[in-house]
Amino acid sequence: MAEPNGHDSILSVRGVSKNFGGVRANNDVSIEVPRGKIFAIIGPNGAGKTSLLNMISGFYVPDAGEIAFEGKSINGLKPNEIAEHGIGRTFQNIALFRGMNVLQNMMLGRHVLMKTGVLSSFVYWGKTQREEVAHREKVEELIDFLRLNDLRKAPTGELAYGLQKRVELGRALAAEPELLLLDEPMAGMNQEEKEDMVRYVLDIAEQRGTTIVLIEHDMGVVMDISDRIAVLDQGEKIADGTPDEVRANPRVIEAYLGADH
Amino acid sequence: MQPILKFLSAKFAWILLAAFIAFIVAEGGVGVLIKDWRFAVELAVDGVLTGLMYSLIAVGFVLIYKSTDAINFAQGEFVMIAAIVVAGCLDWFGLPLWLSILVGFGFMVVFGMTLERFVLRPMIGMNIVAIIMATIGLAFFLRGAGPLIFGAAPSTINLPIPDSPIVWGLLYLTPIKLLGAAVSILFLAGFGWFFLKTRKGVAMRAVADSHQVSMAMGINVERYFAVAWVTAGVVALLGGLAWGNMIGVDTQLALVGLKVFPVVILGGLDSIIGVIVGGIVVGLVEALTAGFVDPYVGGGMKDFAPYVLMVIMLMIRPYGIFGRRLIERI
Repeated sequence: MAEPNGHDSILSVRGVSKNFGGVRANNDVSIEVPRGKIFAIIGPNGAGKTSLLNMISGFYVPDAGEIAFEGKSINGLKPNEIAEHGIGRTFQNIALFRGMNVLQNMMLGRHVLMKTGVLSSFVYWGKTQREEVAHREKVEELIDFLRLNDLRKAPTGELAYGLQKRVELGRALAAEPELLLLDEPMAGMNQEEKEDMVRYVLDIAEQRGTTIVLIEHDMGVVMDISDRIAVLDQGEKIADGTPDEVRANPRVIEAYLGADH
Repeated sequence: MQPILKFLSAKFAWILLAAFIAFIVAEGGVGVLIKDWRFAVELAVDGVLTGLMYSLIAVGFVLIYKSTDAINFAQGEFVMIAAIVVAGCLDWFGLPLWLSILVGFGFMVVFGMTLERFVLRPMIGMNIVAIIMATIGLAFFLRGAGPLIFGAAPSTINLPIPDSPIVWGLLYLTPIKLLGAAVSILFLAGFGWFFLKTRKGVAMRAVADSHQVSMAMGINVERYFAVAWVTAGVVALLGGLAWGNMIGVDTQLALVGLKVFPVVILGGLDSIIGVIVGGIVVGLVEALTAGFVDPYVGGGMKDFAPYVLMVIMLMIRPYGIFGRRLIERI
């Protein structure tokens, strides 16, 4: 109800709660993510941001409430089914596949779009090969976009931290998601790496029209790039609005920005 | 103190390995000197072939580890149960061999799927030790259930392969071992190609690396698990046929599975090429020890020589010759 009318929302989270044993991770959280925008979720550590993201991507099943993507409920779907619906994500810790190079990691990102079955994939030529070539072209576009050209065959384990994060972003993008969930994409980065990542996130939203939900601790970045921000504290949503609205909200100042203001 | 001890123990392991290799070489050397060198070559060739037949059993184990990250202590029992089913079809129902093998194939497919669905899928995400315990339990269950259903009387699978050795130059080659080794190499090459080159193989490696991330990529992790366990079952059928033909079919057949451990520890738990090399080394060590050492010590050393090598290997390179370095010690 806090959602302004006239917005077309791609993701609706309605009254979602999640408990782990006695610990309340989320309580009655509702957010509306407008299509094509950058939506940030902020809050102190333990506020329930990642658990909310995990519910959207299907790793946790909500105890109560509903999550709808493109108007359809995705409650109870498995993570791989949710990925097939067009929701991609990155992880808080680097989650690249070890022992594989940049290209293989990004090709795996296109798994959801690959249609050949288990048996036909044993046959390397014909239809499978044509499909492979088409997928490779799309991945090459992304490699250009993320400026990873020299690193195609580099084992991911040997890349600098910021580059690994960039490859992970590329792998999520390779699936051509409608909605991209980024769990602290800039955590642990130096200033230069952060600026790169910010630019990529903005470009993804603008050029590709991908909706982005991101969790981020760097307030400067969040206030700069987000169209809307939801603030969680102790599992509950305490504010939701534009960066200016959130910045002025007394509950946010009290709960989160308190010491600085 | 701690680092010094560490250094010493590492050095000790290297010395042990060097001693062991010297021992093996000396075996061959002494053999050449005191017996005739043909005997040494014959033993070596037989060892390599037997070793490749160990590889055939170990590949099922590596397949499971590579794709599901689980360690299957029941691989030997898989081999046993497959052989028991085929032998049962032959003995009890008097089915022709091809039909018995087909029944065995069908049984192992259903067996692998059932196992994945009801034993391993509920354990997704659990601690690796829990999964290991489950497979150990499974091993004992199968060792009991096999004879319970099919009877404990030893049986045999007679493949239409001649028993008399093929004489090739100076070498006497056992036909079943030749065939077993050939099938083994064929399958290992196939799996190697699958994991490296095919999209599904790469996806399977991704699944083994991280269930969670794979799911986020839209990979149906459960389906890949089922494929892995079914394949391990079917490979066990091949092992069961080859070994059942050679040493007969009863619960003792499951003990062949124990040789999997030196093979995969030597080669690396997740390496296909390692399975081949590990198998060959284990086969060689066994054959040479049996030929040149056992006569002097009263026998029996051939059975534990591979395990000595395994323990030394664990001290030096716990991830094997070809394995990925990132392997938890268990």
